[in-house]
Amino acid sequence: MTLSAPAPAPDVPDATASAQWPDATGHFGVFGGRFVPEALIAALDELTAAYEAMRVDPAFLDEFAALQRDYTGRPSPITEVPKFAQHCGGARVLLKREDLNHTGSHKINNVLGQALLTKRIGKTRVIAETGAGQHGVATATAAALMGLSCTVYMGEEDTRRQALNVARMRLLGAEVIPVTTGSRTLKDAINEAFRDWVTNVETTNYVFGTVAGPHPFPMMVRDFQRVIGDEARAQLLEREQRLPDVVLACVGGGSNAIGIFTAFVPDEAVRLVGLEAGGDGVDTGRHAATITGGDPGVLHGARSYLLQDDNGQTVESHSISAGLDYPGVGPEHAFLHDIGRAEYRPVTDAEAMEAFALLCRTEGIIPAIESAHALAGAMVVGRELVAQGTGGRGDEPPLLLVNLSGRGDKDVETASAWFDLADRTAPTDSDERAVEAGRGAEPGPGMDTDQRTTEGAVSNDRAVAGQDAGEQA
Amino acid sequence: MSSALADVIGAARAEGRAALIAYLPVGYPDVDTSIAAMVAAVEGGADVVEIGVPYSDPGMDGPVIQEAVDVAVRAGVGMAEVLRAVTAVADAGAVPVVMSYWNPIERYGVDRFADDLAAAGGAGAITPDLIPDEAGAWLAASDRVGLDRVFLVAPSSTDARLAATVAACRGFVYAASTMGVTGSRATVGDAAERLVARTRAAAGEPPVCVGLGVSTGDQAAEVAGFADGVIVGSAYVRRLLDGHGPDGVRSLSVELAEGVRRAKVQA
Repeated sequence: MTLSAPAPAPDVPDATASAQWPDATGHFGVFGGRFVPEALIAALDELTAAYEAMRVDPAFLDEFAALQRDYTGRPSPITEVPKFAQHCGGARVLLKREDLNHTGSHKINNVLGQALLTKRIGKTRVIAETGAGQHGVATATAAALMGLSCTVYMGEEDTRRQALNVARMRLLGAEVIPVTTGSRTLKDAINEAFRDWVTNVETTNYVFGTVAGPHPFPMMVRDFQRVIGDEARAQLLEREQRLPDVVLACVGGGSNAIGIFTAFVPDEAVRLVGLEAGGDGVDTGRHAATITGGDPGVLHGARSYLLQDDNGQTVESHSISAGLDYPGVGPEHAFLHDIGRAEYRPVTDAEAMEAFALLCRTEGIIPAIESAHALAGAMVVGRELVAQGTGGRGDEPPLLLVNLSGRGDKDVETASAWFDLADRTAPTDSDERAVEAGRGAEPGPGMDTDQRTTEGAVSNDRAVAGQDAGEQA
Repeated sequence: MSSALADVIGAARAEGRAALIAYLPVGYPDVDTSIAAMVAAVEGGADVVEIGVPYSDPGMDGPVIQEAVDVAVRAGVGMAEVLRAVTAVADAGAVPVVMSYWNPIERYGVDRFADDLAAAGGAGAITPDLIPDEAGAWLAASDRVGLDRVFLVAPSSTDARLAATVAACRGFVYAASTMGVTGSRATVGDAAERLVARTRAAAGEPPVCVGLGVSTGDQAAEVAGFADGVIVGSAYVRRLLDGHGPDGVRSLSVELAEGVRRAKVQA
């Protein structure tokens, strides 16, 4: 195999087993391809050729493996979460800890690969789109590391709800451009990034953040992210001597899900479940569940499922999670859905936030709200399997592997508003969103009201009120 | 196969001039005014009207066209209104060609689109984000009903891609003058002239029209010196955004029509 975990186990399947797609022109069945202006074709061809050469170049593979080990901190560990699993019907739950990567999510895996590719093709500037800001932070990080100039496009709406990540990108030396066209979210950031790219393609490489977009991005990003599943598969075989019954991951564009799914695609007994952002509920129309609630069409350079109206206009998506708030999805997911190899289910904002709170309280891990959708999926699927008496091996409970794709530091403000935790003297944007969502000043579901405030900074009788902690030390 | 676009461009060439192609989107500021503006563009001297289908994610367009199209998208303007504009332009005596990103056509149904466009009197379609490699269904449908199909070439296109794209085109070849999005530019630049020459040399001397960046009569005259047609979009839309209405569109057509007649087209 060419792009693999730093320490592949002997049982890892040949990468070519799941490299049977896409075809030479980037099609996954009827999905994928290139729906872009002719002006970009030369750049996409150049990128494809350079990537095909790079992926088998031992010098690149060594450099990439060293970066993953020494800079990202791979391999990421597997953590079993038994107290959280009590809410999953008795199934066992293991987390793949991409949240522990440098920069706080799986996005760095892909970005380091594409940044090396940028240097290889002699370009000096990178651009990126970002929703939650995790891909933007990862790209800004790689650009700083490798001495590339970096511009990140981010919907104006997202720059507000992910202000921390905007600050991180700027600290790292990137230019962050708030996008004010269209719905002012991720989809419009992608449009602006493509406009920049077609104008500046001679000096600039587009570091795409997910497994969507025109060929070669869905294939290339998958190859850079498959390390997640390659590692996890080997780690499970080593510690459990078995494969998981179900692999779960959240799906926006779908890069972390493809990353953990790919190694398991040939293992037909392993269920692959992608959790889409159900927002207020798919039946309300306010959601981002593209495969569950969308139709095939063309968006951002590829054919896949998308949320669209009768005129073929992209419909605005809704999710509490900025990283999943995208009306499209990667073409390989559309393909895996249509051939029945993976299943896609919606998780509402409320379900995701309940799982978010549970993981915080039971295991001491604050997940990204994106990843909380996968945790909520584990709660549902675990209960289903145990209730059906299926999924396990003999007397063993079902074994669920969940990709914890990112950590929740960036989501503290959103979660504080949802659970009404923040000390506040003046209304904020978050309050407005809480009111919009019909929650007013009440805490959202998933958090016990009697645990709403943290009274003491220490646990003995010298406890002091939170806001005074540190003052009396 | 006969081609309404090739015919009108050939007739202009016979007069020793380039054809004037005006782009306007359906639905800005509203459907009726946008159609009146297209008719005014014809009255002012446009030979062809490129009738824009509103789209939520116009990745090849600059801020001027985005601003106008956004209004039409939010008003729910769709293919029914586009077809009404096609008939109005044909009735006004110019050749109507639809300009659409691919998803609105795919959503409408490729065969249904071809049938309805032909019935409305349309010459064909320009598809800025559809390359011939992905156009199987459209090539078949446009052949079946005899519609023109215009694909784009760009300064970055290789000679092999120029040849393949020219072979797939019927009507004319759309040469994007610069690397970038739609919008006015101070100069059109040498890249356009080189691209037109390369495109003609690639295969069969097709009609080549140049778009992106042309906004004045002088620029139209410059481009008419080396191309078969001059495509103007953002400058027309600017007239509407600035509130000059169909009269403003007509006067721009008059200026541009004078421009395309100023330079002698190379035979």
